[in-house]
Amino acid sequence: MLYREAGQFKTSYAADQAIFPIPQDRYMLAGILAIAFGVVPFVLNDYWVNAILLPFLIYALAAIGLNILTGYCGQVSLGTGAFLAVGAYSSYKLMTGFPEMNMLVVFALAGLITAAVGLLFGLPSLRIKGFYLAVATLAAQFFIIWLFYKVPWFFNYNATGQITVPPRDLFGFRLTGPEAVPAVRYLVTLSIVAVLALAAKNMARGHVGRAWMAIRDMDIAAELIGIRPLRTKLLAFAVSSFYIGVAGAMMFAIYLGAAESGETFGIQQSFDVLFMIIIGGLGTVLGGFLGAAFLVLLPIGLEAVLVEGLGLSTNFAEHVKLILLGSLIIFFLIVEPHGLARLWQITKEKLRLWPFPH
Amino acid sequence: MNAEVTTAEAPAAAAAVADAPENDTAPAEERAAGHGAGAAPAPAPKETLLAVEDVSLAFGGVKALQNVSFDIAKGEIRAIIGPNGAGKTSMLNVINGFYHPQEGRIAFKGQLRRRMRPHFAAAQGIARTFQNVALFRGMTTLDNIMTGRALKMRRGILWQALHWGPARREELEHREFVEHVIDFLEIEHIRKTPVGRLPYGLQKRVELGRALAMEPDLLLLDEPMAGMNLEEKEDMSRFIIDVNEQFGTTIALIEHDMGVVMDLSDRVVVLDHGEKIADGTPEEVQADRRVIDAYLGVPND
Repeated sequence: MLYREAGQFKTSYAADQAIFPIPQDRYMLAGILAIAFGVVPFVLNDYWVNAILLPFLIYALAAIGLNILTGYCGQVSLGTGAFLAVGAYSSYKLMTGFPEMNMLVVFALAGLITAAVGLLFGLPSLRIKGFYLAVATLAAQFFIIWLFYKVPWFFNYNATGQITVPPRDLFGFRLTGPEAVPAVRYLVTLSIVAVLALAAKNMARGHVGRAWMAIRDMDIAAELIGIRPLRTKLLAFAVSSFYIGVAGAMMFAIYLGAAESGETFGIQQSFDVLFMIIIGGLGTVLGGFLGAAFLVLLPIGLEAVLVEGLGLSTNFAEHVKLILLGSLIIFFLIVEPHGLARLWQITKEKLRLWPFPH
Repeated sequence: MNAEVTTAEAPAAAAAVADAPENDTAPAEERAAGHGAGAAPAPAPKETLLAVEDVSLAFGGVKALQNVSFDIAKGEIRAIIGPNGAGKTSMLNVINGFYHPQEGRIAFKGQLRRRMRPHFAAAQGIARTFQNVALFRGMTTLDNIMTGRALKMRRGILWQALHWGPARREELEHREFVEHVIDFLEIEHIRKTPVGRLPYGLQKRVELGRALAMEPDLLLLDEPMAGMNLEEKEDMSRFIIDVNEQFGTTIALIEHDMGVVMDLSDRVVVLDHGEKIADGTPEEVQADRRVIDAYLGVPND
């Protein structure tokens, strides 16, 4: 009833091309942002930030990054873990090499370094497609992780082989290290993710995004209308890696505080992020958020229900959680193979007519 | 007819396969190099837009095209006809830059052309539709036609990310042009529909729209009416004539419906087994003994 488009007329192409052409959507997003920026920082505590908010936001960013490459441009990648690692290690090297550097600059540079690495591993995409490309990116995953483990320069020759974040401030507030303020960590992450998500949406709806989708849907026809396949694919690799690199840097510096190449950024990470975009919805920015929410929040929610609600033992609950999570993933993929974002879209279409069927 | 329609799924690669086997049997004594080349002036002789000279294309031992020469004059509708496996689609692929002929020269707008990639042909002003619809299935009609403007949109990735100021203005300018194309093709109602959901006839129309959005100098249509019913054929014919007359676009078309070909085109090239056997106005071609033997079977009504 509330979600009606009747009477809303667009009088310019600009209004028609807006990200949210329907006012109700805009109000809802404004409301979510207002709560995220205005209310959450005052009520959150350490547990909320560490267990829920930071992983959700950072994985959402990584998922948006992978979605640009896989969902929009159609190039499957299993190297996400490695690119997260590149972001993390470059931010570590930048923070220890240039202690005075602004943290925002650190994140941006870490993203750019990852973009360069992604570009390099994107080169085979001109020749190979589909599963074969996925295997080529798998090579990147193993090689890069091995490199960070084997070359001591990357972890500053310390004995443990781990990288640990040095304490740094942003605009006078402690952002990283043990004494970091939870609200600051949350707000910085939220701001970066919000800005980059908007940028991703903008790229996707402009001619660059259309070129990506054209390559994904039919590369021969795309080339025929003047889209250059290699350039377009490499751009997708670079932009995607930038996003994943920034996510990796934030994962290390803000969220985890310490990392070790194989432990933190193994192949499991690559699969997790890939699952997020498949469950969330390929080729949508919203899908990144929904997929991250599904894979980050659902286990926590399930555990809370099982342990506190039903009084099961922690060990038992752990196993039940895995079973339930697996079944839910299968369920969602059967019910809606195009992901949660598509489900949301269908809901909105239905809502427009509700309570009438047609 | 159907054999070629169905086999050429992947336009470039499969067309070669479809054309190839039948050329095996090409009678060698029927070389018709230069037969009728440059002859048969169009009703109104104009400057040449595209000149194909002595082009030969072979896939291994299979000769898809042999010493084919013809020209396309500016502003005309030029039909390329021939039985299955005659090398028509191969010819378009050569013009397009998909295939590189072993011999011969192609001059576009008076410039001799080097070996090149298809996107370069697009940049020069050659647009194309496919025998089988080659739309971007995951995108809406509007987005599909907007991709036709890809070459004309220059703002880089950072502007795109901002989507503000010049990038936004550029987007809106091109949207306006694309809306003209949409109006012209009368597909306003499916603007926001994903093309995968559209019926075949409309998909063909959207594909034409995408080619038109490129504002091409030369428009190659590969069987624009294959698989259409009579009404859809009539619509499409009308659009082709309108494109030619309103925008002055030069059109080269492959079509199997002889009625359509004879009504639409100014001049017709006939290929058979990779060789040109006739070239001239529809009347001349229809009267040509070799054409009748090779293709039409009986004199056309």
